[in-house]
Amino acid sequence: MIEAKPIGDFCINSRGRRIVIIGNGIAGVTCARQLRKRDSAAQITIISGETEHFFSRTALMYIYMGHMKYAHIKPYEDWFWEKNRLNLVHDWVTHIDFEQKQLQLQQQEPIAYDILILALGSKSNKFGWPGQELKGVQGLYSYQDLESMEANTQSCARAVVVGGGLIGIEMAEMLRSRNIPVTFLVREQEFWDNVLPQEEAKLVGRHIREHHIDLRLGAELDKILDDGTGKVKAIVTKDGEEIPCQFVGLAVGVSPNIDLLRNTALEVNKGILVDEHFATNIPDVFAIGDCVEYRTPPPQRRPVEQVWYTGRMHGETLAHNLAHQPVPYKPGPWFNSAKFLDIEYQTYGQVPSTWEKPTGSFYWEHPDGRKCFRALFDEEKRTLLGINAFGMRLRHEFFDEALRNGTTVEQVLEQLPTANFDPEFYDKLYPSILQAFNQQFGTSLQPRKKKEKKGILSIFGL
Amino acid sequence: MHMKMLQKLGLGIFLAALLLFNLLLFMGNFRLTEQKLQQVTSPENYEILRPELEPILGKTYSTSFAFSQDFKKYFGAYNTRQQENEQWDRVIWDDYTFAATKAASEGFVANNKLLLLLLTVALGTAGALLNILPKYRDEPAGIKHNSVMFSSNKSRGVIGIILGAYLIGIYVLLYWFPEFIVNWTLLVDPLSQLLSGGPASQWFLYGTIYTLAILVMGVRMFRKYRGNKYQTLRTSSVMFFQLSFAFLIPEILVLLNKPWHDFKNIWPLDYTFFYDYRVDGFLNSGSIGMLMFVWGILLIILGVPLMTYFYGKRWYCSWVCGCGGLAETAGDPYRHLSDKSLNAWQVERWMVHGVLVFAVVMTLLTIVNYFSGFELLGQWTNTLHEWYGFLIGAAFAGVVGVGFYPLMGNRVWCRFGCPLAAYLGLVQRFKSRFRITTNGGQCISCGNCSTYCEMGIDVRWYAQRGQNIVRASCVGCGVCASVCPRGVLKLENGPEQQRIVDIPILTGNESVKVLS
Ligand SMILES: Cc1cc2nc3c(=O)[nH]c(=O)nc-3n(C[C@H](O)[C@H](O)[C@H](O)COP(=O)(O)OP(=O)(O)OC[C@H]3O[C@@H](n4cnc5c(N)ncnc54)[C@H](O)[C@@H]3O)c2cc1C
Ligand code: SF4
Ligand code: SF4
Repeated sequence: MIEAKPIGDFCINSRGRRIVIIGNGIAGVTCARQLRKRDSAAQITIISGETEHFFSRTALMYIYMGHMKYAHIKPYEDWFWEKNRLNLVHDWVTHIDFEQKQLQLQQQEPIAYDILILALGSKSNKFGWPGQELKGVQGLYSYQDLESMEANTQSCARAVVVGGGLIGIEMAEMLRSRNIPVTFLVREQEFWDNVLPQEEAKLVGRHIREHHIDLRLGAELDKILDDGTGKVKAIVTKDGEEIPCQFVGLAVGVSPNIDLLRNTALEVNKGILVDEHFATNIPDVFAIGDCVEYRTPPPQRRPVEQVWYTGRMHGETLAHNLAHQPVPYKPGPWFNSAKFLDIEYQTYGQVPSTWEKPTGSFYWEHPDGRKCFRALFDEEKRTLLGINAFGMRLRHEFFDEALRNGTTVEQVLEQLPTANFDPEFYDKLYPSILQAFNQQFGTSLQPRKKKEKKGILSIFGL
Repeated sequence: MHMKMLQKLGLGIFLAALLLFNLLLFMGNFRLTEQKLQQVTSPENYEILRPELEPILGKTYSTSFAFSQDFKKYFGAYNTRQQENEQWDRVIWDDYTFAATKAASEGFVANNKLLLLLLTVALGTAGALLNILPKYRDEPAGIKHNSVMFSSNKSRGVIGIILGAYLIGIYVLLYWFPEFIVNWTLLVDPLSQLLSGGPASQWFLYGTIYTLAILVMGVRMFRKYRGNKYQTLRTSSVMFFQLSFAFLIPEILVLLNKPWHDFKNIWPLDYTFFYDYRVDGFLNSGSIGMLMFVWGILLIILGVPLMTYFYGKRWYCSWVCGCGGLAETAGDPYRHLSDKSLNAWQVERWMVHGVLVFAVVMTLLTIVNYFSGFELLGQWTNTLHEWYGFLIGAAFAGVVGVGFYPLMGNRVWCRFGCPLAAYLGLVQRFKSRFRITTNGGQCISCGNCSTYCEMGIDVRWYAQRGQNIVRASCVGCGVCASVCPRGVLKLENGPEQQRIVDIPILTGNESVKVLS
C-alpha cells in the first residue's frame, strides 16, 4: 500500500480514548462509523447544533418539494447510534480550549477529548449586498435555512434566485414546485459556464427556460430593497432593473465554516489547513469535509473541495488513519453528479470549461437537445482525460478504471455499451455517439460488448 | 388554465358518478315472488323453500338489508329445525341469499341497468380519464412527486383515511355481505350476459371494476412516467394481462362451458388450484381442462424457477400478476407509505414465509386427502380451506391488501402475505441473475429510492455502501432507479458471480479499503 507512518506518532492510541467529532454531516458520521468498526473500545461522541441526527444535506430540497419528509432523509434509523455506541450531543460548540482539550457548549456541560475531529461543513456566502439581512433574503445550507425558506415563501408572488450554481438551480426548482414564479440571476454569460463547457451550459440553460424559469444571463445583483417593515420588496440589478419579489435566494457559493476557529492556535486559511493525513497543526486535532483546505492538494485537485463524496472519503481515510497506520489521502479519478431539474449530469475525470492543445474534445448532442456526451482526451497519446454526460447514465466503475489505466478515447467509445447505465429498454445512444465520432475523426469504431454466457446451461454454471 | 378547468371537471364527474354508484345501493324495492324463487333455486329446494318462505313472498321491502335479514331468518329457521331433528340430509347447504336478494331487487335500478351502468361506471371512467389525460402536459418528462407529502390523500391525511375505510368497507361487503350490493351486480348484468352468457355475480362486478381501475390508473402511469420506457412497458404489460388473461378469457371459457380459469394465476397464490372441485373441473373438461391442469403445474415447477432465475421475480410481480397490476397502477400514489424500518423487514420475513408454509401444508394435506379418497382426513381439509380462505384469501389479500393502500402502501399483501411472492422471492434471493446494481460511489444518500420503494426495502442502505441490492422481496418495479437523482441504480440481469458482495468497495477512494 501507500507509505505509512506509525500510529503512535500520529495520535493518542490509548484504549477507550475519547474521540469527539464536531459536525454530524457526511464527513463526521462516516468517520465515526468507520472508527467504530475498527476500534470497539473508543468512546466516540458526535456533536452538532443543527439537528440531533445525521441527515442528507443534498436532499433538503426534496422536503420543500414534498417528495420526502425529514424522516426520509435520515440515512440511518434513530436506534442506529445507540446500537453502535455513537454518543450524540445536540448542541452548539461555542469555544474550543486546545490546551485543556475541552469544548464549551451553548447549553450543556463542557466535553473533554483526547482526539478532536473538526467536521464543521460550510456556510453560505454573502457578499455584503445592501439589504442582504432583510427578512425573506436567505441562502440554503442548513436545516434551519430550509425552515426559514418554508416560512419566507408562504405568500410569495415572485422569487429571485441569485447565483448560477448547483444550489441556485435547486432553489429555483424548489420554488417552481410550489408554482412560485422565479427570476434566476446568473452573472455568467451561460449557466455555470465557469465549470461547464459552452455546449453543456447552453443545454442546461434551455432546460431551465423550459421549466418556465425566467433565466437572466449576465445579470448581477446590485441591491435588495426594503418594503419599510424590514422585509424584501424588490431587488435591483447592476443594469438598474428593479424586480419586485418577496423572496431572494442567495446561492453564490459556500465557504468553510470556520468562524469558531478564528484567532485560535489552529492554522486556517480559507479552510482549516490539513496535511495529507488530515492532521492540523495541533496534535490530536484533525479536520475533514467541507471545512478543510489541503496544504498540498492531491494531484489535479483544488485545495478546498466541498462535495458529498470528498467529505465521505475524508471520513473513511481519517478513520483508517486513527485506527491503523496512517496513509495519505489519495482520491481516485474525480467524479461528480448533479441533477438540473429533470436532466441528470455525471462527470468522470477532468472536464474543465475550457481547454487548450494538446487536449482534444469530442461532443455529441441528441437531437432532442436534452442529452449530450463529451469526452476530453490527449490528442497525442489519445488517452481519455474526462467525460461529461447529460441525460444519460454511465458506469462509475468503468470510467474509474479507464481513467486510471490511461485507456484511449477510441477504446472507451467502443466500450460504451458496457459503460451504459441507463435503465433497460431505453433507446441506445451509443450507436449515434459512435457514428458522430467516426464522422468527426474518420475512424470506423464499432460498439463492443463483453461477451457473457447466457442460455439455459448457465443455471448450472456451465 | 383551460386544461386545469377540464381536469377539475373530470374529477367532478368522477366523484358525481361515484356518489350515484353508492346511492344505487339504497334505491329500488325488494320483493321476492314464487317465480323469482323458482329461478334461483333447484327444483327440489324450491319445493321445500316455497312454504318456508311464504311469509316474505310477495312482500315489498325497501332495502336489501331488511329483505336479506328476513330471508335469512326463515331460511335459517328451516335448517335449524332439520339440524335439531338430526335430519342432516335435509339441511340445505346452498346459500341462496345473494341470488334471492338480487332477484328480488325491483324498480329503478333493475329497470335501468344499462342507463345506470353508463351513468356510473362509464361516466366515472370518462371523468377519471378527463382528469388524468392532461396531466403534466406543459411539463418536461421527469419525476412527478411534487407535493406528494403534502397531499391528504397520499400522505395518510383525512382523505386517505376515509378512502382506506371506504375500500375496507367495500371488501367486507364483497366477501361477507354480497347480498347488500346486489344492485351493483345488476348494473353489470348486460356485460356479463354478453361475455359469459350468464348473470353477474359479485365477483364479475369486482373483476370489472378491478380491470377498469388497472386500465384507467395505468393511463395515469403513462402520463406520470412519460419518457420512461421501463415503466411504460411494464404498465402496458400488467394492463394487458389483467384485461385478457384475468378478465376476458375466463368469462369466454365460461361461455364455452369450460371452468372459469385465469391462465396466469399460479399456485400458491391461486390456493384453490389443487382443491378437489378444481381438479375435478380440469379433469372433466376435456383437452382444454387438461391443458389448464398441466400448464398450471408446469408454471409452478418450471415457469417460476426458470423465469425468476433469468429475470428475477419481477417477471411476475410487476409485469404479469393481477394483485401486482393493481398495486402498480391504482396503488402507485401510495407506494411511499410502506414501512422501511428493520423491524418491518423482520415481521415481513416471518409472515410471508409463514403464509407460504401454511399454503404448502394445506395443499399437501388436500392432495393426500384426495388420493386417499377422503378417508384419511375427511372434512378436516375443508375446515382448513375455510380458514385459509377467510384469513388469507379474503381478509389478508382483499381487505388488508387493497383496503390498506392509503394507510400502509400498495404492496401490503405482496410483501407480508403472498405465498407466491415468498416462493418467487426465495428463488430470487438464492438462484437468480437479477440484481439492482449500484453505480460505484455516486450515491448521495438522499433517500428517494427507499422512500418510493413500495416493498419497504431500504435501498439507500445498500446504495450508499456501494452494494448491489439482492433482496427476496424486490418486485423489480424499477421505481427506485427511476427516482434516483444521481443515476445510481440499475435493474440488471447478469452473471451470478459478483452479484452478492458482502464487503463492497465504494469506487473513488484509493487510500483505503473501506469496511462498509
Ligand atoms: C442544498 C445543498 C445541496 C447539495 N447537493 C450536493 C450534491 O448533489 N452533491 C454533492 O456532492 N454535494 C452536494 N452538496 C454539498 C454537500 O452537501 C456537502 O459537501 C457536504 O454535506 C459536507 O459535509 P460535511 O460533513 O463536511 O459538513 P456538513 O454536512 O455541513 O456538517 C457539518 C455539521 O457541523 C455542524 N456544526 C458546525 N459548527 C458547529 C459548532 N460550532 N457546534 C456544533 N455543530 C457545528 C453543522 O451545523 C453541521 O450540521 C449540497 C449542499 C447543499 C447545501
Ligand atoms: S428495490 Fe426498487 S425495484 Fe425493487 S421493489 Fe423496491 S423500488 Fe421496486
Ligand atoms: S436515490 Fe440514488 S442517490 Fe438517493 S439514496 Fe438512493 S441511490 Fe442514493
